[in-house]
Amino acid sequence: MTLPNAHGQPVLETGGDDDVIEGPLYAPGKRLFPQAAHGRFRNIKWTILVITLGIYYGLPFLRWNRGPGEPSQAVLVDLANRRFYFFFIEIWPQELYYVAGLLILAAMILFLMNAVAGRVWCGYLCPQTVWTDLFYAVERLVEGDARRQHQRQAEGWTFSNILHTGYKHILWLMIAWWTGGAWVLYFADAPTLVRELATFQAPAVAWFSIAILAVLTYLLGGFMREQVCIYMCPWPRIQAALTDEDALNVTYRYDRGEPRMSLKTGLAARSHGQAAGDCIDCNQCVAVCPTGVDIRHGSQLGCVQCGLCIDACDNVMAKINRPHGLIAYDNENNIKRRMAGEPAIYRIVRPRTILYSVAIVLIGSVMLARLVTRPTDGITIAHDRNPLYVVDANGSVRNAYTVQIVNEQDQPRELNFSVEGLKGAQVQVIGVAGQGPLFPIEVNGDDTRDLRVIITGPMSTPKHASIKVTFSVTDPLRKTTMSATDNFKTP
Amino acid sequence: MSTNNTPHADHEVDSYTGVSTTGHSWDGIKELNNPLPRWWLWTFYITIVWAVGYCFAYPSIPLINGATTGFLGWHSRSAVVQSLTDLQKSRGALMQKLASTPLDQIEQQPELLAFARAAGAAAFANNCAPCHGAGGQGSPGYPNLNANRWLWGGKLDQIYQTILHGARSGDPKGHQGSMPDFGKAGILTPPQIEQVANYVRSLSGLKTEAGADLGAGAKIFADNCAPCHGKDAKGNIKIGSANLTTKVWLYGSSLKTIEAGVTNGHGGVMPYWGGRLDNTTIKALAVFVHTLGGGQ
Repeated sequence: MTLPNAHGQPVLETGGDDDVIEGPLYAPGKRLFPQAAHGRFRNIKWTILVITLGIYYGLPFLRWNRGPGEPSQAVLVDLANRRFYFFFIEIWPQELYYVAGLLILAAMILFLMNAVAGRVWCGYLCPQTVWTDLFYAVERLVEGDARRQHQRQAEGWTFSNILHTGYKHILWLMIAWWTGGAWVLYFADAPTLVRELATFQAPAVAWFSIAILAVLTYLLGGFMREQVCIYMCPWPRIQAALTDEDALNVTYRYDRGEPRMSLKTGLAARSHGQAAGDCIDCNQCVAVCPTGVDIRHGSQLGCVQCGLCIDACDNVMAKINRPHGLIAYDNENNIKRRMAGEPAIYRIVRPRTILYSVAIVLIGSVMLARLVTRPTDGITIAHDRNPLYVVDANGSVRNAYTVQIVNEQDQPRELNFSVEGLKGAQVQVIGVAGQGPLFPIEVNGDDTRDLRVIITGPMSTPKHASIKVTFSVTDPLRKTTMSATDNFKTP
Repeated sequence: MSTNNTPHADHEVDSYTGVSTTGHSWDGIKELNNPLPRWWLWTFYITIVWAVGYCFAYPSIPLINGATTGFLGWHSRSAVVQSLTDLQKSRGALMQKLASTPLDQIEQQPELLAFARAAGAAAFANNCAPCHGAGGQGSPGYPNLNANRWLWGGKLDQIYQTILHGARSGDPKGHQGSMPDFGKAGILTPPQIEQVANYVRSLSGLKTEAGADLGAGAKIFADNCAPCHGKDAKGNIKIGSANLTTKVWLYGSSLKTIEAGVTNGHGGVMPYWGGRLDNTTIKALAVFVHTLGGGQ
């Protein structure tokens, strides 16, 4: 059901109300003026904001020595050479499954976070939340607090308002530009690209990418804000399906808050021995909410669970000398238990969280094991298809292959190449002297080398045959061997 | 946005949605006045402005002799030339190395060999594949470049010369000489041709017709064919006469095909590529063909 809240924003409730929807489904967007919150969760959010943005903006400048001829950037996506560098890890295109593993791991961690504390990702870590927070902070810095912003809107376009609004948008655009700028630094050597950008020498694609990301940051952080969370983001929908009644969500403890009444009425009611809730209906929880919801309506789609209403409510509770925690990370089960006079139970460890944790550990260890033991050389074979085989002057049959040898180490290596499986065959490697069985092949560091290998079968090779042939590269120093197989075809 | 839905004084307001009507009514159905979203409208206006600007910036309006040039001076042909120049620039160092390295030293340098093979493969696909096939596998009348039987020699330099000057190509430096039409010219009679064709098949171990007189065939061969193909029938790369003792047949090995060849002769043309392709490309082509597997 859709009900306008204090801001006229539709509130999408997940509760079991089966009211018929009245009126139009469309509600025009309204600008929110959330008040600044102060307290525990706000401080956590500031800390996370500084850390995450610090990582985002600063990481490209972190150096990592990989030796001469190799990029010295700790985190780099080298699209031109198809390499992904992450500190000591170097991912080649054929190892992209590793990135898929990281994504699966990230999803599992997200699920675990959800099982423990609901949309904790949305409230604290999501880039949309972090940047919106930053944009709100700038807005309050320039235009004043929520009350002053309301005033300015009522005043219309006075000189002061034009000046302040312009100033705000300039600051926003600068942040947005910096955001796009930091993004492209992950795709090229950061100091070089910064110099190129400063001297207008940077490639067009860099400018273009920065512009797109800057515009998106500006729009998403400055204008769309909570609408991204409510209308655009798929995660709330998925999250709602994944959550359970034991997850700790930002919860208004109505067992304690209701019946809500003003401070005076409440005092009077209590003095007469009548029931009075702790909620004094001051609306502070709604005033600070960045998505404009009223948490007292219960768990709902609009709530990103940032905990700012907890801070606001706790401050009020402190002023009226009531215990804090009227709004807190809790769940419906515990409210019911308390109402029934039972103690609250917090079940962080339960099958769901254990399952996610086990999955995380499992995937993490498989990936780590693979990372540690993954070979640094490789071999792939491509059989010539046209022609598949050639009959030579004397009637012997010849097959040709393109063999690619990979050296993922930074140093050039001397490897031994050999072919087995066809007795009496004559092997020729174009450009490499010798008749075998071992062909010394030098492969440059962090490079591949393509060999054209030609195998001529002995006269005794049967007709209409497909004979398995094994191609191997051996590192004589490290005693490692990589093999691949293909077939030798005869007419 | 909310101004969009402000009721007009002179129009009816729909009681259900609170939106005014446009005043249009069809069979009692009234149209609500819900204007286009602003962002959509402005995007639309911007595209109009963009289109007008584009017409001035780029060639756009057709005139009798061409089109307006546009103040940016962009031109599709010069863009192609530019991208070709960029490509050549990016290849520059290796291209120069390929041009300056003697032909016989290219295959010893791994990087240069890879570059020459890549350049050769591209040039081969563009110029040679129509006759010799995409993989150089050939077809009747067009030599298989993978096999190690060569009409004009399979050494790197010989391949290079053949590509440069061609065979029966009109290039005076090209390979000359062709297989005469013994039957049509009346030098050999059909029975004699059958005898010699049987003899030729026997040279590479192919089956001969029952009752074929191989001795007579050998005699005819010695008198008519040996001058070019040699007494041992192993051919001569100087005049492009085929080695008839191998398993590789340019036109096919059936008795009929051989008889037809002796009757009508052969004179397939390999065009000359000198002057059409630059020397570096021809070098790359020679390396590519030589390293297909049949090179000597």
